[in-house]
Amino acid sequence: MNMTVLDRRVDRAAQSHLGFIDCDVHPYTKGPNDFDPFLPKRWLEHKQTIGGRSRQGLAKTSMYPRMSPGNGMRGDSWPKNGNHPGSDLPLMQEQLLDLFGVAYGLLAPLVGGAGGERNVEFGAAMATATNEWQLAHFCDPDPRLKAAVQVNVEWTEGAVAEIEKRAGDRRFAQVNIPPRGLEPLGRRRYWPILEACAANGFPVSLHLGGTSGHASTGGGWPSFYHEEHPSYVQSMQTLVTSLVCEGVFERIPGLKIVLVEGGFAWLPALCWRLDKHWTRLKAEVPHLKRAPSEYVHEHIWVTTQPIEEPERPQDMLSILEWIGPERIMFSTDYPHWDQDDPRYAFKVPLPDGWKDQIFRDNARALYQLD
Amino acid sequence: MARHVVATVDEIPPGGRKIVTVRGREIGIFRLGDEFFGLINRCPHQGAPLCQGAVVSRLVAPVPGEYHLTRPGEMLRCPWHCWEFDIRTGKSWCDPNSVQARAFDVAVEKGATLVEGPFSAEAVEVTVEASYVVVTM
Ligand code: FES
Repeated sequence: MNMTVLDRRVDRAAQSHLGFIDCDVHPYTKGPNDFDPFLPKRWLEHKQTIGGRSRQGLAKTSMYPRMSPGNGMRGDSWPKNGNHPGSDLPLMQEQLLDLFGVAYGLLAPLVGGAGGERNVEFGAAMATATNEWQLAHFCDPDPRLKAAVQVNVEWTEGAVAEIEKRAGDRRFAQVNIPPRGLEPLGRRRYWPILEACAANGFPVSLHLGGTSGHASTGGGWPSFYHEEHPSYVQSMQTLVTSLVCEGVFERIPGLKIVLVEGGFAWLPALCWRLDKHWTRLKAEVPHLKRAPSEYVHEHIWVTTQPIEEPERPQDMLSILEWIGPERIMFSTDYPHWDQDDPRYAFKVPLPDGWKDQIFRDNARALYQLD
Repeated sequence: MARHVVATVDEIPPGGRKIVTVRGREIGIFRLGDEFFGLINRCPHQGAPLCQGAVVSRLVAPVPGEYHLTRPGEMLRCPWHCWEFDIRTGKSWCDPNSVQARAFDVAVEKGATLVEGPFSAEAVEVTVEASYVVVTM
């Protein structure tokens, strides 16, 4: 009989993950016409006769196709009717929401193409439609699910109008902005949008992925998805650095940023580097009144998936401590292939207080959930 | 240890599989040629239903650009994070010595031998003429 290594897992005897808040859940469409009821006739006709203009060159697939069917879906998440994983609310409830008694799930729709649409007015119409679609298909039938306001940041007025329209509607928890933009997010052209988010009480979530049309790394296009995956971290680092160095947090003190699916172990090292250079290059960025790490710690939250798996599992505790357990929020990324299971994601037991913070309390406070 | 009859041989074609429950445990029974193997339906990484994963070959490249497809149809790829396991042993590709999916003893037995007992047949009717897949655990 072969030996078993199942005890390599850390089982949570106390079931402390139950009732957690999932900061990254992906809803999908049942079919290409899901958004149509929410588009005005003018844009419905545009969609049907002209269609979207994304910033990537490939149709019907992504720049880096994944090895799992459905372009990177968890293999057991396909609804029986053959529709896309994430499109079937009862299955999402069975595999995630009910299984773990999830208190709230924060939606991150990667559908509709609103954020990357080059016809920005069509992008804005698709953003509105995607927002309505989230409510109709997910949040209204299951109020545990909280929508994320979609916008197209290349049309400032359109984006601000959409944010203001959703302000005060508690079914929306945050605003999603694609992390790979035409320019780094801290640039002034984006400030009115970030200001609108802060003014209306919406944290901004930056969920990695997509393409802006620029090469995904500073050194050009990678060959493999294996290379592309860590390049998402580079785009997160660019965002954090840009937001800090442009002085966005001085300008918009109420701005709260959530980095979703970018991992987190890199964040302390980036802060060390930024702090070190801040002491030397202060004259170039005199608008920074405090060390970069202080802005990061005050304004930036991270979600856990895809969780780092250090060779020595206990090293995880140091990483969490460097970032601060009060800024870390658990996420599964259901139904993607690299999703994390709340029972087994951490390979090391967490101190009790941290567990509550990471699995529940931080998200509850940030998104003002009851 | 008891013998559990989990399938008739004909039920699982070469390259096929059947997921069965034996003493409360889900086990994937895989057929490679005329041999049968059993793996626990639970990935040692994060607990995914391992035996629902894709059956693939092992691809090796001694140097960049030189590829060999080996062990055709003998690796099981987890439906979540795609760790691959050797269907014959349960050993993982990434860390064969310490990461392993539990493997069970699976044998083919003739109905004529089986009926002498003892055995337990879950949802399989045992007749003298047929051959059966039997898990011992
Ligand atoms: S659960 Fe199987 S590889 Fe992660």
